[in-house]
Amino acid sequence: MNPLGLYLPGTTPVHRAPAAVKLLLMLALGVASVFLDRAWEVAAVLLAVVVGYAVARIPFRTAVAQVRPLLWVVGFAAIVHVFLDGWTRAFVVVGVVVALVMLAGLVTLTTRTDAMADAVVGLLRPLRHVGVDTERIGLVLALGIRCVPVVVGLAEEVRDAQRARGLTASPRAFAVPLVVRSLRHADALGEALLARGVED
Amino acid sequence: MAVIEMAGVGHRYPGSDRQVLADVSVRLTEQRVGVIGANGSGKSTFARLLNGLVLPVDGNVRVDDLDTRRDGKAVRRRVGFCFTDPDAQIVMPTVAEDIGFGLRRRGLSREQISQRVRAALASYGLEGHADHPAHLLSGGQKQLLALAAVMVTEPQVLVMDEPTTLLDLRNARMIGRVVAALPQQVVLVTHHLDLLEDFDRVLVFDEGRLVLDAVPEEAVAYYRKLMS
Repeated sequence: MNPLGLYLPGTTPVHRAPAAVKLLLMLALGVASVFLDRAWEVAAVLLAVVVGYAVARIPFRTAVAQVRPLLWVVGFAAIVHVFLDGWTRAFVVVGVVVALVMLAGLVTLTTRTDAMADAVVGLLRPLRHVGVDTERIGLVLALGIRCVPVVVGLAEEVRDAQRARGLTASPRAFAVPLVVRSLRHADALGEALLARGVED
Repeated sequence: MAVIEMAGVGHRYPGSDRQVLADVSVRLTEQRVGVIGANGSGKSTFARLLNGLVLPVDGNVRVDDLDTRRDGKAVRRRVGFCFTDPDAQIVMPTVAEDIGFGLRRRGLSREQISQRVRAALASYGLEGHADHPAHLLSGGQKQLLALAAVMVTEPQVLVMDEPTTLLDLRNARMIGRVVAALPQQVVLVTHHLDLLEDFDRVLVFDEGRLVLDAVPEEAVAYYRKLMS
């Protein structure tokens, strides 16, 4: 199972599509989302994203896992909009958010991180003329994706340690060790990058 | 073999008065050099000095006449480094991507990178794991991945800081066998003393000082006595 939006190998047309195209599509939907205000438009976008998952042969559980972290926020937004603006507006707002998150999930599930980093570097190339280090932006993107399972793993360790010591759920007792461990990991990662040829 | 030289090296970490290494002078030309000592004896700092991850406060460190302070980048191209915790060293999400990571800044074509990555996957028994998420590998496989990712860049020297400490006995022995077969010069910091049996030379550290520089049998016997 791959619940974290990390690459799932495959040979489907979605996997084979150039990373730059997928990123531009995501960007286009992001921009277009501002102008989507009819239920049928949002329904069409959601359907297209679901078809994308089907074509990419992403398991159902993995697809659902992409939006599960949003459930509370989306649920709250839906309730507020139902009371303030009615069902149609609630569907439009929630549908756009779900479609965007699912599309982002589909892109990361079907695109190698290095291909994505290369695409970002390529798309941002014009910014080199104004002094932007595009390689560094690509690296930051790759490291961001790599750090998702690391931070999840650290959070599980902290939770296990709390349980083992009989502590009840306390946000402070959870957050402090998690932040400390994450910062330690960041230090170690910086050292590893230097050792592997990424100079500062 | 590369020539590694330390002259009058001392080190203190910023914000601390504690001397973690003091007056270390040594010249390493052997193919297999072991480093042993208690926790906090300065051996990990010694290892990090060899490729410029840590710069000396006193004295200087040279690799083939390249100074780690002045020529850090060139030194790191010659001296690869393996950390104790492979999770800290793996910087890309999948196995093949991580092996290819160190090659991306070397002016190689995509095909050349892919060819070298395939060869490294085969050499380290990771062929079936190319697209596997790196964080889901076993401890031994993660350390193999870390080793493959360093070796694919073809360093002349490999420095390993306790690469078997987090592994069970079987995986520790497997890593030991892989390291023994490497043609490179290896500097191995370890608590697994049996890995050092065939080494050419072993350095013993105690409280920041190099207290013995001898053949493995003598060095291990001295270290055991020191710890008793």
